Order: sequence, then C-alpha cells, then structure tokens
Amino acid sequence: MKLAKFWAWITFLAGVLFFFLPLIGTFEFSLRARRGVYSFDAYRKVLDDPQFRDTFGYSIVIALFTIVVGVLIVTPTAFWVRLKLPRFRPIIEFITLLPLVIPPIVIVFGYIRLYNTSSYLPLTGSAFGTNILLTLGYTVLALPYMYRAVDTGLSAIDVRTLTEAALSLGASWFTIITRLILPNVLVAVLSGAFLTFAIVIGEYVFAALLNRPAFGPYMVWMGGNRAYEPAALAVIAFTITWACMALIQLATRLSKHTKAQR
Amino acid sequence: MSATAEANKRSTRTSLPLNWVGVAPFILFAVLFLILPTIHIVIGAFRTADGGFTLMNLRGLADSSIMGAIWISMKISLLTAFLGCLGGLLLAIAVTRGGLPAWFRDGTLTFSGVASNFAGVPLAFAFIATLGRLGLVSVVLRDWLGINLAAIGFNLISFTGLSLAYLYFQVPLMVLIITPALDGLRREWREAAESLGASNAQYWRMVALPVLWPSLLGTFALLFANAFGAVATAMALTGSSLSIIPIILFAQIRGDVLQDPHLGYAIAFGMIVITGIANLIYIVLRTRAERWLK
Repeated sequence: MKLAKFWAWITFLAGVLFFFLPLIGTFEFSLRARRGVYSFDAYRKVLDDPQFRDTFGYSIVIALFTIVVGVLIVTPTAFWVRLKLPRFRPIIEFITLLPLVIPPIVIVFGYIRLYNTSSYLPLTGSAFGTNILLTLGYTVLALPYMYRAVDTGLSAIDVRTLTEAALSLGASWFTIITRLILPNVLVAVLSGAFLTFAIVIGEYVFAALLNRPAFGPYMVWMGGNRAYEPAALAVIAFTITWACMALIQLATRLSKHTKAQR
Repeated sequence: MSATAEANKRSTRTSLPLNWVGVAPFILFAVLFLILPTIHIVIGAFRTADGGFTLMNLRGLADSSIMGAIWISMKISLLTAFLGCLGGLLLAIAVTRGGLPAWFRDGTLTFSGVASNFAGVPLAFAFIATLGRLGLVSVVLRDWLGINLAAIGFNLISFTGLSLAYLYFQVPLMVLIITPALDGLRREWREAAESLGASNAQYWRMVALPVLWPSLLGTFALLFANAFGAVATAMALTGSSLSIIPIILFAQIRGDVLQDPHLGYAIAFGMIVITGIANLIYIVLRTRAERWLK
C-alpha cells in the first residue's frame, strides 16, 4: 500500500506539472513585453486596442443572444417532452447530442452552402442575417450542454403535478412556462448559460468562416502578428473560462441550499 | 351528454397535432440549422456539379494529399485518445484510490472541468508561450540545465507539439468521465478478491479492468472524435503547416486551395462518417458500461 501511495503522488505531481506549467509559462510570457523587466504592457496594449474592444464586445453580445435563444428553445421543449411526449424523449435527446457527433466545421460548411445569397433564405447576404446565423449556429453548438442542464433541472421537480395544479387554477401555458417552470429550473439554466458563454466567447471556426468580427478570429490574427499580446489574451480567455466554471459551481451550491430548505 | 361526447371526440382528434405544437419550434430549429445543413453536405458528396449522382467526389478523397491529411488526423486522434485515456485513468486512480488527501480529488475534478473546456486558440498560445522557442520551459531548460530543445529535435509546431496541446483537454475529459466509473467499483469486489488471495495487480487485471473495459473503450472513442473534429488549436498553433483534415476542409471552404466544391462535400462527409462511427462505438459501449454502475 505504501508503494501505491508513492506512485499516486508521482502521478499527481506529473499531472500538476503538465497542467500548471503551461499556465505559469503563459502568464510569465505575457509579462515580458518590456525588455529586461516584467510589466503589464502586453495587457495594456491589448486593452487599449480598439479592435480588442470591438471584437470582445461583439462576442459578448452574440453569447448573450445565444443564451437567450437557447433558453427559449430548450426550456419549453424539455418541459413539453417530459409532460406530453415522454415516448419521444430518446429521439429529442439524440437530436440534442448530434452537435457532438457532427464536427462544427461541417455544420458551418452546410450553412454557407444552404443560406448563401442565391438560396431561399439568404442569411449570409447581409451582416445582420449572418449575425443571426452565427447566433443560431452557436445555439446548436451549445444545445447538448443546455438541454442536458435543463433536463436535469426538470427531473428534480414534479412537472406533471405542478402543471396540473397550475392548469386547474386557470394558468395559461405561457404563465406556466415563465412563472412556474423557468424559476424552478433557473439554476440549471444558469449553469447551461455559463457553459454556453465559455464556449461562444473564444469560438473560432464559425466566426471565421462566416466572416464575422468576433474575438476568436481576432485572437488568431494577434497570434500571427504579435509576440506577447497573444499570451495576455490566453490569460484573459482562461480567466473567463475559470469565472464561468466558478459561477456554475456557485449556482449548483445555491440550488442545494434551496433544496435543503424544502 | 352528447355534448361532452362531442367535446371528447374533438379533443382526441386535435390532441395529436396539439402535442406536437409544443416541440414544433425546436424541431424547426433543429431541422433548419442542424439536420438540413448536414444532409445538404452528405447529398452534395454524391452529386456532380449539374445535379446527377456520382461517386467521383468520394474517389477524389483518394488524392494523395487528402489521404495523407486524413491519415495524420487519424494518427493524432488515435495517439492523443490513447495517451489521454492512459493519463486520465492514472490520474483518476491516483486521486480516487491512491490515499492522497481528499481535497486533491475535488480539486482535480474542478480543474478538469475547466481544462476540458480550455481548447481552441488560447490553448495554442499557452503552449507557444511555454514550449515555443522563447517559452518558459524552453528557456529554463536551456539556461539552467543546458538542454536545447530545438537542438535535440523538439519542435512545437509539429505533430508532437500538437499532440501535447491536445492532451491538455483530452486527459481532463478522461478524468471527468472515468472518475464516476472508478467510484462504481465496489469495495466488496476488492475485499472478495483479497480474501481469495489475489494480489493488487491480480485485482486490477482480473476484476477492475474487465469491469472498466467498456468505459475505457467508449471514452477512447469519444476522445478520438473530440480530437478529430478540432480545428482552432491546430490552426493557431501550426498555421497551415501541419495538414490535418479539418484544416484542409477549412482552406477548401475559404476557397484557398482546391477549386472543386464537391470535393469539399466529400471531405466533410468522410469526417462525419469517421466521427459518427467513433460516437456509435462510444454509445454502445457506454450502455454496456452502465450495467455495472447501477
């Protein structure tokens, strides 16, 4: 058993080395912009870059719209399938998992061919249309995570009884969704939302191929043209991912509290 | 009486379509932005420019540069899936049953949740800043230990370098998936094996591994598909100097190299087939693995 513990330590330390060295390395590299001393010059340059602000802002807006569209599509569907179409649940679940099977680059290739200017729905013809297409594409990418999060949230409450009670009190379907279901799965929706945010904010392939000025393509451009700024961008991106995951943990922990009180 | 019967009749008549109204927005969304685009690509792979049926596009895949790219993609996906499984399994075993402090386990799982999502462009930057020519590790090895990574043949912008970067999200993904499976190994099984005189190695070889086998193979398939479809990390790390198949497709969509759009369809179709098979294996083995976890 002593030996096992020894190897466990070795494995763990190897893991720590492999996973923390790149983080330390990136941070150290991002501080090297001024010759001879460590400084935050690279960060200053990035934050002062109007392109950074534009692309970052653009990606945040798209991420927020993606979350809204995702919630609006996923919540009523997951609710309705549980309530009225339990037999079709495997089919719906299968559809929501498809984005993990089909490579994103193939999906966006399909968009470009299907929604170009000579098609019935020429979404790529205008900047506004392409923004819509990008948002819907990201909604597809986030679908597996969003659906699973909301469905898990729904499994914690008795959907059928709550709905029947609401119906017998005269509530409309709209009221049921917005004032009964959504508040009950809010925590699940939030964790889905943060994960969506983390995925969308640095996404590259969709944005690049649909030619939108998002944060991902900006990062790649910086990578090809600057020395220290990319490391600063990587630190910023990693911080955002960490923050999103921390918020998910927080949301889950809060949900445990509300459950304990009941 | 007849009025209620009438109403009942009407409600049964309308109940089926009404039930579907609830999921109509979702179905419409999935068809328009997930299923139709994919079908369009698949059909395009079997079509000539003027709409007739052909297998010539698929034959275009046999072109040596494309076959080479598919082969590199396969190799990198197989290698990182294998090493990811191995590393993830060892790490998960270490933190779940290695007798390490309990908070190591939670810390590792939380970190894995983050790292498995830390793919794409920033990951490439992190590796350039660490193992690139002027990266921290390269510099430390050179100045303190006198080891020049470049001189001994290490180049980050290569197959090896990209594999290392992929492992950064492959290993954590394995940890996340395999930890519940390891928790499913009951202590009774180990005690039973030990009371029958089994050594630690025998327990792992004859009890634990056979139980974990479907999970391991299934996760291997998932990691394979995960690496096979990735574009952004490779793009940011190697530019287009390493031809993996998604980068060829990317260039093709941008219209940079091949002028035949139907060849692009064929490449995309090939990618769907390969990731589709990998995921099918994952799903089948996962259902088998879950039998033991109940």
